[in-house]
Amino acid sequence: MSTTEKIYFYPVWLRIWHGFNALGIIILIFTGISMQSSIESSQVVGFNMIVNIHNIAGVVVTLSYLVYFIGNMVTPNGKYYIIKPQGFLKKPMKQAVYYAWGMFHGMKAPFPISEKRKFNPLQKYIYVIVMYMAVPIVIITGIALLFPEIIIEKVYTFSGVFVTAVLHSAMGFFISIFLVIHIYIASIGKSPLENFKSIVNGWHQVH
Amino acid sequence: MKYCLFSLFLLSQFFSPGNLNAQSYQDAKHHACLKCHSQQSYTFHNSVTNMEIKRLMNPYYVLDTLAMTAGVHKQFDCTDCHSSEYGTYPHQANLKLEPLSTCLDCHGGDVSFAKYQFERIDEEFKKSVHYKVYGDNFTCTKCHSQHTYKATARTSDNVLEIVDYSNKMCLSCHNDMKKYKMVSGHDNPKLVQVHEWLPNQELHFQHVRCIECHTEVLDSLMVSHDVLPKDKALRKCVECHSANSRLKASLYKYQNLQKRAEAGGLNTVMANESYIIGTHQSPVLKLASIIIFILTLVGIVIHSTFRILKKK
Repeated sequence: MSTTEKIYFYPVWLRIWHGFNALGIIILIFTGISMQSSIESSQVVGFNMIVNIHNIAGVVVTLSYLVYFIGNMVTPNGKYYIIKPQGFLKKPMKQAVYYAWGMFHGMKAPFPISEKRKFNPLQKYIYVIVMYMAVPIVIITGIALLFPEIIIEKVYTFSGVFVTAVLHSAMGFFISIFLVIHIYIASIGKSPLENFKSIVNGWHQVH
Repeated sequence: MKYCLFSLFLLSQFFSPGNLNAQSYQDAKHHACLKCHSQQSYTFHNSVTNMEIKRLMNPYYVLDTLAMTAGVHKQFDCTDCHSSEYGTYPHQANLKLEPLSTCLDCHGGDVSFAKYQFERIDEEFKKSVHYKVYGDNFTCTKCHSQHTYKATARTSDNVLEIVDYSNKMCLSCHNDMKKYKMVSGHDNPKLVQVHEWLPNQELHFQHVRCIECHTEVLDSLMVSHDVLPKDKALRKCVECHSANSRLKASLYKYQNLQKRAEAGGLNTVMANESYIIGTHQSPVLKLASIIIFILTLVGIVIHSTFRILKKK
């Protein structure tokens, strides 16, 4: 066994944000699916109640996003999200090849985690897309749907409210696909539970 | 030659149906009835005092000639329905007692109107709170003005227009103290307060018709006419805001709306101003999301199988 090094990757504020965000997003996904499918209201929880829970969870996730956004601005954590132009496509491709083929053929992880590199390139790209594109879109369209009178009436020939609603649920769907993959990839470690322990206690094990 | 031209002129007038009468509505000043009944005031010669008298027209007897020329009965002249004795002024008092034709007198039992299902509408209407409260006095024309009515739900390709036209029919009495009280015998409820429970009330009023919640919806009838008493009105959001929306059997079923949407799967709902929650209202997006989700799961299962195999 090689030497085990510990890096304190996840400060308290980040873990609190991650906890609220995870819980909020899971509630939003389930209430969201329930709202758009024809699940009869009386079966589990009433439709109106589901709508209220979705609205409250949405506000919680919005506030926690602000914590995340400001946290990344004022703490060193933000630098992990910066994408550099060199190897823009090559680097994430390399990581993808590792996940799909290399890891089963004794290849070493091409971008091992270190103090300088918290995320591998593929992971970084996905996080940036989700956290700086999908989540903001979901938040903005969500606020718009809470106050539909502020939405512009027509987008070309389409109803503004409908475009907003479709954008909201399509991005929500994208985030839920991310969540499934995120949880699965997190299980790729020395042991399947290792990474889950890290996000709770803050320490990442480097092998 | 002169005679020949004149008869040609006559023929051309004869073969342009509706033209003559439509023109007479448009040219209200020269129409025997409309020269008075399209104006706020009218003038007549009092032969007893030998004076020209100017009076205000009863506002309920003032007709909107523009709306008349666009209405379904535009090809008829006034005296096709009203007595020709109205041609003299002052009108004789007993003319008021003359029975006028009801809608079913012309439209009932006639194959050319079969698609409008007038008899079924009558059956449904007889169950409604309108008929129960006011009986035969509650004629079709209380809502559907015989002078100006347009079959908007059949002809318009715009949901908002259909909604607006339909709701104005209800509001013409339900938002009018005098008319409402005449039928019900009591003051009209304050609509904004009564509907306070409805989130985004104004948007609901613009995008769905009153009858969506206030009638027994029948898919087989174009527009449901069984208007329910207020305590039976729908108060469940999910009845409309679900994949199995009630609106699909009412407002969104109209072919005139769907025709425009046939072009593309995504357009179907987008173009129609509808707001039923979620992407699943568009079959294309629903299928895409299910496929993506299944592929994700399949990918994870394959990947984890390899991980387990390789560990051994």
